[in-house]
Amino acid sequence: MTAPILKVLAVTKTFGGLMAVKAASFDVAEGSITGLIGPNGAGKTTMFAVIAGFEAPTKGSVHYQGTDVTGLDVHRRAALGIAQTFQIVQPFAGLTVRENIAVGAYLRHRERERAHEEAAKVAALVGLAPALDQSASELTVVGRKRLELARALATEPKLLLLDEVLAGLNPSELRHMVPVIRAIQESGVTILMVEHVMQAVMSLCQHIHVLAEGQIIARGSPSTVSRDARVIEAYLGHGAAQRLKVAGGADA
Amino acid sequence: MRWASWLSIGVVAAVLAAFPLFMTSNLALNFITFAGIITLAAQGWNILAGYGGQFSFGHAAFFGTGAYAMALLQVRLGLNPWLALPAAIAIGGVVGFVIGALTFRARLRGSYFALVTLAFAEVLRILTNASSFTGGAAGVLIPLRVGIDNMQFQDKRALYWLVLAFVVGALLLTHAIARSRFGAYLVAVRENEDAARALGVDTLAVKLKAITVSAMLTAAAGCLYTQKFLYLDAGIGFGPWISIDALLAPIVGGRGTVFGPLVGAGALLGFGEASKILLANLTGGAAPGIDLVVFGVLLILSVAFAPQGLMGLVRPFRSSPKGGTQ
Repeated sequence: MTAPILKVLAVTKTFGGLMAVKAASFDVAEGSITGLIGPNGAGKTTMFAVIAGFEAPTKGSVHYQGTDVTGLDVHRRAALGIAQTFQIVQPFAGLTVRENIAVGAYLRHRERERAHEEAAKVAALVGLAPALDQSASELTVVGRKRLELARALATEPKLLLLDEVLAGLNPSELRHMVPVIRAIQESGVTILMVEHVMQAVMSLCQHIHVLAEGQIIARGSPSTVSRDARVIEAYLGHGAAQRLKVAGGADA
Repeated sequence: MRWASWLSIGVVAAVLAAFPLFMTSNLALNFITFAGIITLAAQGWNILAGYGGQFSFGHAAFFGTGAYAMALLQVRLGLNPWLALPAAIAIGGVVGFVIGALTFRARLRGSYFALVTLAFAEVLRILTNASSFTGGAAGVLIPLRVGIDNMQFQDKRALYWLVLAFVVGALLLTHAIARSRFGAYLVAVRENEDAARALGVDTLAVKLKAITVSAMLTAAAGCLYTQKFLYLDAGIGFGPWISIDALLAPIVGGRGTVFGPLVGAGALLGFGEASKILLANLTGGAAPGIDLVVFGVLLILSVAFAPQGLMGLVRPFRSSPKGGTQ
């Protein structure tokens, strides 16, 4: 077991009277693909915002590679190697795909030619190579998701936060994207993903944390988590685990 | 391809430099010199607003700072204008940085930023009008002493060429910025600030750098204005007219493009001047303010039919891989 690249310690985040995250703690092991799942409104996106630095936690702290980054601004965390994709895609609409990705690449490569070369490489990796000179505003939804991923990758992160990059993809697009994500991990990038596409989560993730109503209710391997009664209840409602067990018993 | 854009600046510079060899009338020379000064002020606005998306309504603050610094350094401190010029540009940069630090640190964006810049320009105008150091309401006069060492030229073309040197320098600077990492970050800030931050862009630093460079260019325009007219008052230096000219020219010409301010200033002032002359000939009397009507019409036309400005009208005819539906 390698040391965790990311430690979230008792993070609480309130918006006015609403407590979006309640004292949630979890680790992400270096080199892993870790899933953060949970029903809608569980606080996953808020959790990502706290990790990336867009929101300051009300209480608790975020540690990255052993140092406390809770007080660091977003761009400083990006420089340290934390990159994220947005659930609601945020392309630079007035720019071409190449220029979009190059903004990310400029973080490690000052020269325009190098940044554009890197942008082309990353575009090829996520399947955007044919669209390099298109305007980002002309991309389809899938194209924009890929662009989100490409821009984040171009910053050469050590920890990549993926917020629903697979949502809205059809099965053939999924079959293309799942290997892309696995290839990113194999190149040495740790991935923390929020995802609703369970088939992908189950096949990709080594470890899963389940967030419900702002609290971590379960953690473990995909197979453990998917059999956990609290997880089933969180997704399907109170008493669902019991009913499933009864139904399963009747079948047997 | 890489050289084409640099070459086009060279060609434009050569053509503009040759103008006074054919247009020798005082009227024409005055006009192109003035248009050059406006172009320079507008190029400053273009870097902050056209590329960076931070719409300033108060570039008069920088123009007036440059103009007054140029005048007062000579009149009050007896500095040679060739030394006063870089000093005044630097002072303009400092004012830009300070206004930027106050507004961007307060996270002012969009129309709030626009209103606050407008307020800064107005406050400076009122203070200048009230202070005796700046000559108050009477303004400040620079003593006439013609001589190259005193930046007052016998041959009016010399000042035009000096202005042109600054305009070409601003074109080269803008082109270099557009191709640099700073330029890419600036455009990223314009397009989506949060996405830029997530990619490691220090948006505050980028905006501060942009407003400083922007203010320096517009201050340089103020300096040259002072040397051309040798007279200033608060309404000229810090008046809303220059804030409006500095933003209208790039909007009409094409904001966020290298040549937009030049094309826009030429079109605006050209049409404005032509309509003045035309109306005066038709009615036999002068029609003050007709150029402002023309400015308004051009603004409406460009917003309605050419939102990318005149440069945007040219672009579709180029065979670029970028083309397509937008």
